[in-house]
Amino acid sequence: MLILAIDTSAVASAALVSDDTPESLVGSFATEDTRSHAEVLAPGIEALLAEAGLSGADVDAVVTGVGPGPFTGLRSGIVTARTLSFVWGIPLYGLMSLDAIALEVAESTDAAPEFIVATDARRKEVYWARYALSSGQLPQLLDGPHVGFAADLPDLPVYGAGAGLYADVVKAVPEFRDRQPEALSLGQFALARLAAGERLLDSTPLYLRESDAQVPGPRKRAL
Amino acid sequence: MNSTQQDRPLVLGIESSCDETGVGIVRGTQLLTNTVSSSMDEHVRFGGVIPEIASRAHLDAFVPTLREALAEAGVTLADIDAIAVTSGPGLAGALMVGVCAAKALAVATGKPLYAINHLVAHVGVGLLQTDDGGRHPFAGAPRENPQNPQANALPENLGALLVSGGHTEILRIRNITGDVELLGSTIDDAAGEAYDKVARLLGLGYPGGPAIDRLARTGNAKAIRFPRGLSQPKYMGTAEEPGPHRYDWSFSGLKTAVARCVEQFEARGETVPVADIAAAFQEAVVDIITSKAVLACRENGITELLLGGGVAANSRLRQLTEQRCSSAGIRLTVPPLALCTDNGAMVAALGAQLVMAGVAPSGIGFAPDSSMPVTTVSA
Ligand SMILES: [Zn+2]
Repeated sequence: MLILAIDTSAVASAALVSDDTPESLVGSFATEDTRSHAEVLAPGIEALLAEAGLSGADVDAVVTGVGPGPFTGLRSGIVTARTLSFVWGIPLYGLMSLDAIALEVAESTDAAPEFIVATDARRKEVYWARYALSSGQLPQLLDGPHVGFAADLPDLPVYGAGAGLYADVVKAVPEFRDRQPEALSLGQFALARLAAGERLLDSTPLYLRESDAQVPGPRKRAL
Repeated sequence: MNSTQQDRPLVLGIESSCDETGVGIVRGTQLLTNTVSSSMDEHVRFGGVIPEIASRAHLDAFVPTLREALAEAGVTLADIDAIAVTSGPGLAGALMVGVCAAKALAVATGKPLYAINHLVAHVGVGLLQTDDGGRHPFAGAPRENPQNPQANALPENLGALLVSGGHTEILRIRNITGDVELLGSTIDDAAGEAYDKVARLLGLGYPGGPAIDRLARTGNAKAIRFPRGLSQPKYMGTAEEPGPHRYDWSFSGLKTAVARCVEQFEARGETVPVADIAAAFQEAVVDIITSKAVLACRENGITELLLGGGVAANSRLRQLTEQRCSSAGIRLTVPPLALCTDNGAMVAALGAQLVMAGVAPSGIGFAPDSSMPVTTVSA
């Protein structure tokens, strides 16, 4: 099974993963910055396919990170995934973006049995979720995703760029302090979960915040 | 692309610059479908377009709108010769959805993609044939291109007056695929935005344009005189020595004047004459829009004017524009309303012109530009 995975919840990234390949990796890319999704995502996907000598007809499913993440960037990946899945006529699945980092934590050497993944939610807040690990298992989501202040996180080791930003108030794990969700891990997680017969999400974005729009109150009358 | 395709290319256009998700399909200058999904109802309780709500709606509307457009036109993506998308100007987050969708379509189908200027696309609908298969609605003698009679058959000396909730502009179009000039524009609110704000002040609901237009018919426009923005000599100058805003508009002062007027009635304990205020406000807007537009036409040798944008539905704007154009010897064209408001067909129409003119596609590396200038017809 060949999956095209996309995540734009923080950086822009895409990956081709297959259960026929060692480490599942066919190809992947990820940007450094979090603000160029619209420019780089489509050319990146096109290059991934070209470099692998593949076309859309070879792809069996599209997986997209559904956040949480800054809205505009998040949507760029989801609309790309939805459109590709529509044109190619293949299934589309969603995965919570923080799962990408959780899988990397599970694969790291001294992972804590229970931990938090956190990314930057801007406005001095983080997006976060709490996971549990038991040996040989995929990370289990216990709680979240949520958005809130880093200082209010449960007292557990925190992985991801959200930890690095607020290392003064959380137990940031140093090796993961800049880590952003990326499509490669997300795609690998999707493959593993599909192989285990688990159900994935649909592509509905996890905004976690309302649009901020204020319903205007009645106009004050002059007395 | 072979020569038949270049003569009458099948182009799919995508629009998402404000609150309408549009997908249109044209073959050359023939309109096949104009499918629009609007999030307008979701903005009603806010009294104006909320960009984040519009962007969320674009994300959910895109694929269903695309599917519907293809079905309605009876074509498949494989048949399409090129894709066109609005890349600006417009709301940044809203543009992003359409642009990413269009790029994904281009990647998935391998079709060329054109990144198109929304304002110029409003003019592009003037090149679509009428429903009965007749010529495009420009009544004037068009400049024929003997090599390709379909392409760019625009009248000479063409201008466009665009009035909507998102823009108020007067353009000069020498060549729709490469030579467009902005003569004037609003320096603050768009005219449609002013209608929405004043409608809210008067408790008339959203969208403000139709509500004010309706009520204004029962009011006395001469009962109150509201200011005409940027009409003083220091802004206007003369034809020889134009001032800094000769063809520009401003509506924020007008909105403030309406608010003050309402407050004064209330402070005196009098009933607010809502219909008279609506009529006087509408007269102020329409008067300054049409007088400056016609002035810009006269001083720039424009003899054909296209009126576009959603506010083209306004009865008083149409009436006064017709009146003033005809006394200035300017021929006025108003496309059908469904093509005046934001839509994908206009994007497809301009895309087809670019294909027919042999303009190179934009590729898939461009960024949406929320303040794209009209001099950039395609990126
Ligand atoms: Zn428009």
